[in-house]
This record gives sequence, C-alpha cells and structure tokens, in this order.
Amino acid sequence: MAFLNGIGLISPQRTAETNEFLSEIVEYTADYLKCIEPVYRNYIDPIQSRRMSRLIKMGITAAKMSVTQANLAMPDAIITGTGLGSVEDTEKILGDLTKEERFLNPTPFIQSTYNTISSQVAIQLKCHNYNSTYVHRTFSFESGLIDGLLQMEEQSASNVLIGAIDEMTMNHLLITRRIGQWKMHPVSNMKLREDQTPGALAGEGAAFFVLGSGKSESTYAEIKDVKTWIRMNCEPDAGTILSHFLGNHDLKATDIDLVLMGTNGDLNYDPVYEQFADQFFPGKPLAWYKHLCGEYHTATGFGLYIAANLLKRQTYPEILHLNHAAPSRLKNILIYNHFRNVDHSFILVQEA
Amino acid sequence: MPKRIFITGYGIISCIGNNIAENLTSLLQSRSGLGPLRHIDSQLKDELFVGEVPKNLDELFHMAGITPAEGYSRNSLLGIIAAREAFVHGRLDDHRELKTGLISATTVGGMDRCELYYADFLTNDSRNSYIDSYDCADSTEKIAFLLGIRDFVTTISTACSSAANSIMLGARMIRSGRLDRVLAGGCESLTKFHLNGFNALKILDKDPCKPFDEKRAGINLGEGAAYLVLESEESIGKTGNQPLCEVSGWGNSCEAFHQTASSPDGTGAYLAMKKALDLSGLAPEAIDYINAHGTGTDNNDLSEGRAIERLFGERIPMVSSTKPFTGHTTSAAGSTEAILSILCLQNQVIWPNLNFSQRISELSFSPVEKLITNIPVNAVMSNSFGFGGNDTSLVFKRVTRE
Repeated sequence: MAFLNGIGLISPQRTAETNEFLSEIVEYTADYLKCIEPVYRNYIDPIQSRRMSRLIKMGITAAKMSVTQANLAMPDAIITGTGLGSVEDTEKILGDLTKEERFLNPTPFIQSTYNTISSQVAIQLKCHNYNSTYVHRTFSFESGLIDGLLQMEEQSASNVLIGAIDEMTMNHLLITRRIGQWKMHPVSNMKLREDQTPGALAGEGAAFFVLGSGKSESTYAEIKDVKTWIRMNCEPDAGTILSHFLGNHDLKATDIDLVLMGTNGDLNYDPVYEQFADQFFPGKPLAWYKHLCGEYHTATGFGLYIAANLLKRQTYPEILHLNHAAPSRLKNILIYNHFRNVDHSFILVQEA
Repeated sequence: MPKRIFITGYGIISCIGNNIAENLTSLLQSRSGLGPLRHIDSQLKDELFVGEVPKNLDELFHMAGITPAEGYSRNSLLGIIAAREAFVHGRLDDHRELKTGLISATTVGGMDRCELYYADFLTNDSRNSYIDSYDCADSTEKIAFLLGIRDFVTTISTACSSAANSIMLGARMIRSGRLDRVLAGGCESLTKFHLNGFNALKILDKDPCKPFDEKRAGINLGEGAAYLVLESEESIGKTGNQPLCEVSGWGNSCEAFHQTASSPDGTGAYLAMKKALDLSGLAPEAIDYINAHGTGTDNNDLSEGRAIERLFGERIPMVSSTKPFTGHTTSAAGSTEAILSILCLQNQVIWPNLNFSQRISELSFSPVEKLITNIPVNAVMSNSFGFGGNDTSLVFKRVTRE
C-alpha cells in the first residue's frame, strides 16, 4: 500500500503555501509558463542558498513543503525524476566552453549534475538512506514512482520522498522550438486548445510527494500502480497494456471514474489522447491540466497533484473538463501521458 | 525465499578493449589503456591522461553496425556496441514473451555532440538533428529501439554510481516479479564538458592515476559502456542460459555530507557495503575481493579505505581499483567494474591495482599490486560512489554447479 501523504508543489499556478485548490487560476499569454516561486529564505538558510541555482532551490523547497505536510522527519528513500536537471547551469557551462575552456567555474558544473537535487535534499534532511535520480524524459517521474512502490513492497521503506522537477529557460525554449516541440508564438494558456497549431505550450514545475505505507490525517489518495512503455510497431498495443494494467488490480476500464490526460495543445499529438479516450473510455469524464502548468518532462507531477486533490476533496472544477461527462463519485483516476507518441505512461490513483 | 537473480550475459567497450575477450586479455597482461586525449578537440588535450576508446566516430558506427547518420552521439554508439554484445550473449532475442527491461545510466548523455554544436543550436537550423540527442534518455532509447526492448525502459543518473544503480534496480525489478530479465548498465563518453568540470574541481591527475597510494594525485577520466543481462531462475528455465554468476547483494546509501566530497569516515560507503553484504546473506569474511571505487583522489580513497576497515575489521579482503586500467568511466564505471569483478569469479584471478607503490599512512591495508592467478574467488564486492554522496555496492557470487 502506498498512500500519498504529503505534497509540495511549486508551479505556474498558486499551488505552494496554500490550502486552496485551483480557486484562482493564473492566466498567462507567454512563450512558456514560469513557476511562481516562494520566498526561499523561509525554507533554506540564505547562506546556503546564495550559490544554489533556481532548480535546486525549487527542489529543496518543494521537498521540505511535502515532508512538513506529511509530518515526516526522515524519509526512508529520496528519489528524484528530472528530464533535464538544471538547464540554467548546463547552459552556463556550454556558454563558457565556447569561449575558453580552462577557467570554468566549478559551481555550475556541480549543480548541472542531475543527482544534485536528490543529494541536496538528503543533505538538508541529513538523510543517509536510499537515494536515486531518474533522467528519462517523460518516464523520469514515473520511474521514480515505480522505484518508490518497489521500496514499499520490499518493506525496505515505509516513507518515500519522490520528486518531479524540471525547469525551462528562454535559450532552451528557442533551441527545442527548432525541432517542433513548442508553439512558435506566445499563447494564452486559457485558450490553448483554440490555438490549433503544432507544438505544445512549454512549462515547468517542482513537485515532491511523500508516499507512506500507512494512512494518516494528511492522506490524499492511494497510488495503486504505475506503468511505462515505449510504443514500437509491434504488439501489444495500448489496449492490451491497459487491460493488463487495470486487470492486475481487478479493475476494468468501466471502473475508471475519470481519465486525466496529458493533452497539451499540440495539434500533432493531442489526437493520440483523443483516440485513446474514444477507443477505451467512450462517454467517460475526461480531464486535462497542462494548460495550467505547461508541458515539461515531469509534468505528470502536476497531474498527480490534481488527481490527488480531486480524490481527497471530491470536487471536479470546470477548468479541468475536457468533455461534458461528469463523474458521480471519484474513486479511480487514471493519469495517461505520452511524449510525442513514443514514451507512454499510466498512473492509477485511488480514493484512500 | 526471495528470487535469485543471475547474470547470463555481458558486453563491454573500454579503452582496454572493444569486447569482453579483449578486456580480459588486457587485464591478464596487466596492460593499461590510459594515454593522451586524441578524439576530443579540447584545449586540455596535451595536459591530461585519459582512458579514451581509441576509435573515431566513423569507426564506432562501423562497430555498432550502423550506417553513419546524423543524430548519433559518441555516447550512444558506445552504448549500442556494449549493449548489443550483452544482448547477443544473453540471447535476449529469443523468448520475446518474457518481460524484458532496459535500464541504462549516463550523466553527460549526448553532450559530446551538444558541446560542439551548441552555438549552432542557438543561432541556426544546421544541427537540429542533434538537439534531441543531447539528453540522457537518447542513448537509452536508441538501444531500446535497436534491440526491441519496450516492457520497461529507464535511465538513471547518480553521477559515478549510476550504472551500479542500474544493476541494482534491474535486480529489484526482477525480484518483485515486474520483469523476467533486464539488460542493465551504462555508457559515458569523454566530453570537454566534464573534463573541464573535473579539471575546475582540481581532482584530475596529469599522470597515470595511483589509487590507494600515499602520493595519489587524482582521477584519469575514461569512457566506455558496459551492460549485463540479469535473469530470474524461472527465466533461465525457459532460455536455458548458463549463469555466469549470481548477483546476491546490493546496497545504496547517501553520504548527505557534501555535493562533491566524501565524508572523512566514509559513512555512505560503509552503509552501502553493509547493506549489500547483509542482503547477500554472506559473512564479511566470505568476500574474497573488493573492486574498489578507488578513484585516486585524496578524499575518495581515504574515505573508502576507512569504510572498508570499519566493515571488515582485521580481515580485510583483497582490494584493488581497476581505474588505472580503464580510467574512471563515471556513469559507466558501475557496470564496467561489475563485469571486471565477475571476470575474477570466472577466471579465479584478482586484478592488480596498477601504479601503486606506497600505502596510505592512515590506512591499515595496501591494495593488490600484481596479478594473482589460480586463487579461489567465490564472492566479490564492487563499489561505486558518486558526487552527491550517491554510494552503491554490489555483491556477486560464483555459481557452483550442482
């Protein structure tokens, strides 16, 4: 059993330092959605944070928010998923290297290493336990969740801290725009699906979650299972994978009350979600969230925050609706995500 | 009884050989692969000693069996070469009904091309095919697509312990029943990016490295790739593969001390080794050999040495670092050295710690100086420690024929 007992989320929405849930939506017309950052000195000693880059500060802060909420002093494992790590530090080094090699500043090099977040969280919490970092595009967070679930099954952990964290920079946006990943112009996040052009709206976020083997007052939901797979031109197809995945928990597609999809406004790839929903979940309530946080490798972290709150609060705010179907009660939510129709994943979240 | 996990295939490329047989030959001849940097146009080229795979990009394409094309990094080609050798050896192409995963590790990813083309990335479309090959997942996905592995694919980056964590996760995924067999390991190519990063940290030795020596002066970075095939007993029942050995213990711990330095008493190293030993069910005296992380830095070797003393007390097993052979292959070091350790079990030998002359004054033991042959080796421990205090140890056991 893996209960979601604490969440810390820094995102382009007001998700940090509040008990409200989507009560006020922040609208943007922008090239990408940027995180609303908290005042870091409330979480990190300013002497320590002076040389920390933004991603590291966001990560440590989100981690501290989640352990505080779960009332957890010492996690049995710290695991981070990040597709790109500290882009800002990597860019600094690449910029320097084009000029002169020898006089590199070591600080950005150290911080560009992907495991810096997990390691800095461990230093902050003085935690010598299991520590790892996953860096596989949109599988980064899901791989971390799978590792966390394994820890629980092995009974080597009763509380695991798992992060989903990525940042965007203007340079990285410009570079990855060249290969069609993003909208070529600023768009309104509230009118994302009306834009009807190729490319997603980019975003970023830093989320940490506490998974515990026991239910507590702070419990949001239960993470039942996670599945990742790469789509290749061979069997089995998504339908077979879906029925096995749900079948392992004695569930069928009809038991799913809501499908939370990774729809991101990309004209080329959103049809994959639509076909999936039409084929396996006809008439079911469908929801989305990436207009609120933007697309990034670990955006399913934001998705899990949404699913967890829906289950705990038993609400279904209109801002999330993709169709007119309404759930009568929320018990099982399936988070479905894919990246350019290659890396696909399911996260099954259940009412606790 | 927890499921037993066996190694049934392996593949490697390093500066001492392009495959298992060549690496074994170099090791048996105590022949180091360290030398000057040739294939990277770095301003540090004449100052550094490195463990570079002596092949250019075209030669690597040829060895990987791929028609030269854009979008491939040196890193992904190294990965493909070693992964394919393991894939063939472990006969992963048969029994496709078995649930098969790929867990790879890298930290610099496709940086070897990215650092060449970064100015173009920023200003024009001429190098667009390399934009996607910059991240860590690229080499993993290229291997996955080439070999048709799709049930579970992921990439780990815990700096210099990355590939040891791949093997550890592979074993855990099989033990949990989620997978039947896993291709696990890592790849890393030399880049200006991390040569300069390590240089800025002032931990590179300008001469051949001397791990565990009183006068050690730092690391020689290396490159390469190494992958192992892990299988459950049930899987072996179907594939008929012969186990090379058993992976019986794994432990991961974090120093939580400093971003780039090890703690003076080696807390993380001690905990990782202890967890691995406990899980393997072996007594400390059952470990015949430790393939140490032994980078050759002041800090690591003392810290690791103290942790070994703390865990093994008076009866310290034979210890050596094989980094004077291969260089420090960073994210590929965990799987490279796992294979070198397994070769000890198979060949009943202990690899020497080249370049050693004087014991570290604070330590009670010296590493093995010369190749030892015809010696019983039944259980070995392989250590991999990384920046961020990410420490992982693995234990491999000889499989005795019943």
